[in-house]
Amino acid sequence: MANRNGDDQRVALKERIAGAADALRQSQVWTSIFRPGSPFRHGYSDSPRNRSYVIMNNVLYHLHPVKVKRHGVRLSYTLCLGGLSFFLFILLTITGIFLMFYYRPTSPAAYNDIAALATDVAFGQIVRNMHRWGAHAMVLTVFLHMARVFYHGAYKPPREFNWVIGVVLLLLTLLLSFTGYLLPWDQLALWAVTVGSNMAAYTPVFGAQVSFGLVGGVQITGDTLLRWYVLHVLFLPFIIVVFMAVHFWRVRKDGGISGPL
Amino acid sequence: MAEIPESILRRSAAARAKAEGRPLDEILAEMGLAPEGGSAPAAAPAGEPAAAPVAEAVAPEPAAAAPAAADPGGAALEGFAAMADVGVPESLIERSTRARAKADGIALPGAAPAAPVAAGGGGGAAAAPAAAPVAAIPAGVRTQRLLTVVKANAIQQVKKEPHDKVNTWPHLVAAEFVALMVMTAFLLVFSVFVDAPLLELANFNEQPNPSKAPWYFLGLQELLSYFDPQVAGVIIPGFGIAAIAFIPYIDKNPSVRPNDRKLAIMIFTFFVMASAILTIFGSFFRGPGFNFTYPWADGIFFDF
Repeated sequence: MANRNGDDQRVALKERIAGAADALRQSQVWTSIFRPGSPFRHGYSDSPRNRSYVIMNNVLYHLHPVKVKRHGVRLSYTLCLGGLSFFLFILLTITGIFLMFYYRPTSPAAYNDIAALATDVAFGQIVRNMHRWGAHAMVLTVFLHMARVFYHGAYKPPREFNWVIGVVLLLLTLLLSFTGYLLPWDQLALWAVTVGSNMAAYTPVFGAQVSFGLVGGVQITGDTLLRWYVLHVLFLPFIIVVFMAVHFWRVRKDGGISGPL
Repeated sequence: MAEIPESILRRSAAARAKAEGRPLDEILAEMGLAPEGGSAPAAAPAGEPAAAPVAEAVAPEPAAAAPAAADPGGAALEGFAAMADVGVPESLIERSTRARAKADGIALPGAAPAAPVAAGGGGGAAAAPAAAPVAAIPAGVRTQRLLTVVKANAIQQVKKEPHDKVNTWPHLVAAEFVALMVMTAFLLVFSVFVDAPLLELANFNEQPNPSKAPWYFLGLQELLSYFDPQVAGVIIPGFGIAAIAFIPYIDKNPSVRPNDRKLAIMIFTFFVMASAILTIFGSFFRGPGFNFTYPWADGIFFDF
């Protein structure tokens, strides 16, 4: 008997919770956050109309149309390389902001801060690892994305200019990776960047000026560190976000994903 | 049988009269309708074609204007007059009447430009209400405006082609979410097991041997050991990037089928493979002094 009574109470409690959840989902606050079509809305049903609304009433509408060509969804067509490049950029931004809390771009301190990530900072080492491997992965995915687009002939009219923007994005990705390479301020960073920026000095006519501007002096010093740090965390991300916005907009305006072979 | 409005019956009677070449009143009588308006019985014996009832009503206009009733343009002008029956605004009928008259070289009574069609007779019932909206718009007020001009090759794809499409939600979003999770999981697991390199503090007085650039520049560094620095370090990468950027403007072939683009694919693949080989060579087959080594014999001189 007691057991049965307990069951009844539990049912009543369940109903009350369900009622409260319903009331919450019908409240003005909730409906103002989740727009029509959102699966979190009260009375959502999986209908073609709601499937359209999910995208249309969502910030995702800036990236994706309501419908896409069926072949574009196939993983084997795009391998999701462009999307992964963008996702890696977001991941690098998040891990990069984490790292900025523990990093000072000055001559000996930079190295000590990086070394301290492994010992003094919770999750410091794994976040730094993810930032570094993610950066290498992004160079790879951007390059492979370019190759994929070439082999599909997806740069042909009307997509010519988006290909050019893509080449700019590839260069910016390389520059972001290269400027980040110096920041650990160890022997690997210093001499890899020395070799790399020495190549820039061979630019015809104004090679010396290019090298001076890049390094911030006649040779790499602590000033170079600050300069590349600002380029890495502020200037280049800002530029690449602008170009990415145009790149994604043009994908939509040029007729969405390219046609099948 | 449902009630058929008389106007429609009359119209069908007129069409039948025209098709069978019989007088209209005879057919109207067969259908049990009253003959056409008061003047009609008089007009029919007078040799009128008795074709369209409305044309008949407005017929006096061209007839009066052009006494040579047998001219070929006359019939056409009557056709325009018949349009008033369908509700075409009077001003438009007048304009097309004039245009046709001008094209056919018929003289119209130019002195009376206002409402020459409806002036015909009382039978032109449709013409009278049609004139109302024209009069309602004051002179000098434009009733339409240009919103946009869409060029044939605009930046936006205006033409809608039928495509096999699926909803982005859930099909594409789910696939992207999986790709994103797989990438995150891979990076996380890789980062747990493999630490990012950190050598000793930067030291300007001690250059490691060999000194290598980041891996994506090692192909160029490899080129440096074959060519003059200005060629390998500036001219080749500079022209290379420019050439890649200009691919869409160089490759004029409109086809995207691999079979039609063998040359383009061959050239691109050649350069991709060349840069991959140079990068692998520079990464793993170059040791102290950037001299050639076998990675399995002397070890790997390479750091990510």
